[in-house]
Amino acid sequence: MNTPAIIETHELTKKYNGSVAVDHISFSVGEGEIFGFLGPNGAGKTTTLLMLLGLTEPTSGTARVMGLDPVRDPIKVKSKIGYLQENMGFYPDLNAVQMLRFIGELNGLSGSRAEERIRSALEAVGLASEAEKKIRAYSRGMRQRLGLAELLIKDSRVAFLDEPTLGLDPDATNRMMDLIEQLSRERKMTVLLSSHLLNQVQKICHRVGIMIKGRMVAQGPMDRLAKEKLGIGPEQYTLEEIYMKYFQEA
Amino acid sequence: MQGIKVIFRKELADHFSSYRFIIIFALIAMVSLITAYMVGLNIRQQLEGVAKPRFIFLMLFTAPGAMFSLVQFVAFFGPLVGLILGFDTINRERNEGTLSKLLAQPIYRDVVINGKFLAGVAMISIMLVSIVLVITGLGLLVMGIVPGLEEIWRILIYLVISIIYISFWLGVAILFSIIFRSTATSALAALAVWIFFSFFVSIGASILGNALAGDTPQSDTAAVVRQARIVKAVQLTSPMKLYTDATATIIDPMRKSTRSIVSMGPMENLSMARFSGPLPLSQSILIVIPYLISLVAITIICFAVSYMVFMRQEIRSM
Ligand SMILES: Nc1ncnc2c1ncn2[C@@H]1O[C@H](COP(=O)(O)OP(=O)(O)OP(=O)(O)O)[C@@H](O)[C@H]1O
Ligand SMILES: [Mg+2]
Repeated sequence: MNTPAIIETHELTKKYNGSVAVDHISFSVGEGEIFGFLGPNGAGKTTTLLMLLGLTEPTSGTARVMGLDPVRDPIKVKSKIGYLQENMGFYPDLNAVQMLRFIGELNGLSGSRAEERIRSALEAVGLASEAEKKIRAYSRGMRQRLGLAELLIKDSRVAFLDEPTLGLDPDATNRMMDLIEQLSRERKMTVLLSSHLLNQVQKICHRVGIMIKGRMVAQGPMDRLAKEKLGIGPEQYTLEEIYMKYFQEA
Repeated sequence: MQGIKVIFRKELADHFSSYRFIIIFALIAMVSLITAYMVGLNIRQQLEGVAKPRFIFLMLFTAPGAMFSLVQFVAFFGPLVGLILGFDTINRERNEGTLSKLLAQPIYRDVVINGKFLAGVAMISIMLVSIVLVITGLGLLVMGIVPGLEEIWRILIYLVISIIYISFWLGVAILFSIIFRSTATSALAALAVWIFFSFFVSIGASILGNALAGDTPQSDTAAVVRQARIVKAVQLTSPMKLYTDATATIIDPMRKSTRSIVSMGPMENLSMARFSGPLPLSQSILIVIPYLISLVAITIICFAVSYMVFMRQEIRSM
């Protein structure tokens, strides 16, 4: 990749009371790229995202997001990143419009500009017809799409999506992935995405990083990983095979 | 402080639409109405044919009605309102995952607590002011007496002190909601603190006073005074005592000193009034200021601890 790095980490490490959650990981993601974060449960994917967002302080190492240090400049970093968290975290008693309005206000967006953006965001993710429903009554897939709408409200150029397809049915999963790819393409959004759905990741990610027990055991375009690990050329591998290979070795 | 207004407004809207608030408000309104009404009737009956004493209007707030005087009621149950408004401020959001959503937005962490605290204070102010207004109106109707200018001032000062007092309890509740992950635990902890200060401190104070000063014969004046001092010092560690002492001086000018609120019947009040002149407003304020400062100080301390704990906390719920 010869585009400038939007996300860069150097030996980023996080320890929780002595046990290592993220272990000296270094990687970079270029502009407009979709980077897939893979790894078994507890590998440290969410922790890495939280450190990049400035929500958790690294124990050691450094991170840069759009040239900013999340530890020193958390406010600026947070204003630029759209974050789709694992458990969604919406207020159940608000409806979609109220929720997005609240997020917009926290980001300094209000008035007719906000309303306009809310309307078009809800349309883009296909929630326009359920905008007045309380989020309590939303299905999992609707919540996830509302999460994407939130990124559009913030008009983020960088998105951290933590398991955006968690709990979705196959059809919804496909549509979600298509939506992410479309957003990345149309808005030149840089996407850092964690997932367990290997064939989905394979479909839309330009590069992947495989994390196991806090360490990044491999990263790069899938073709290269396939060649290195399995000794086979493109078209013949699946990400699953690569992943399982690393998993067994660890 | 970007975002504080946004949080404040959302929180206020949440309060207004919550059943919890409606129930508290109904409860308080009911009790204060009944109390004020009975006191009003009482006073009117006893005043027939007697010359009007000064500050009769304030007696609406200080004379016991059915069981409590209104001032006592606020001193005792006001803390509960603060605690109920705040005990799940942070931990509920943490459990619902909305806290990390909030903190992933470009706002400082302290803005979250500040906005929520201020919304609670606004809530408390609205409650207290409307209760006082209702009682004032009722007093006008039942007693037919217009409050004097000084009485209005005293009621206003009383309101301010009361708002600060209940806000202190709100601060305690918010602190507990930061420390404890479970809302049930923080509610219980808050309740325990309330009971401790309501009942234990005053009992503990006299026990401690006795223990420290020893068994003193009533004839040894110096020892009796010393014992009384110790009791008072210990009692003042209780915000409740700070508050009752402060408001007693303001709203009950005939007392002249900051004695504890023992329930006094209206007639007792009247007879006292015959023998002693009232404390002027300026003097009352002077007596109150140290108490007020102490109340504000403990609120600030409580807040400082909240900040320190909240700033260091891991965002992720475990
Ligand atoms: N607050 C915390 N205190 C202590 N340990 C924690 C805390 N949060 C996470 N951990 C530990 O850090 C490690 C990494 O967790 P993390 O949530 O980042 O994994 P993950 O890759 O996102 O997993 P999953 O796929 O299940 O979401 C785990 O071993 C977890 O137990
Ligand atoms: Mg995770």
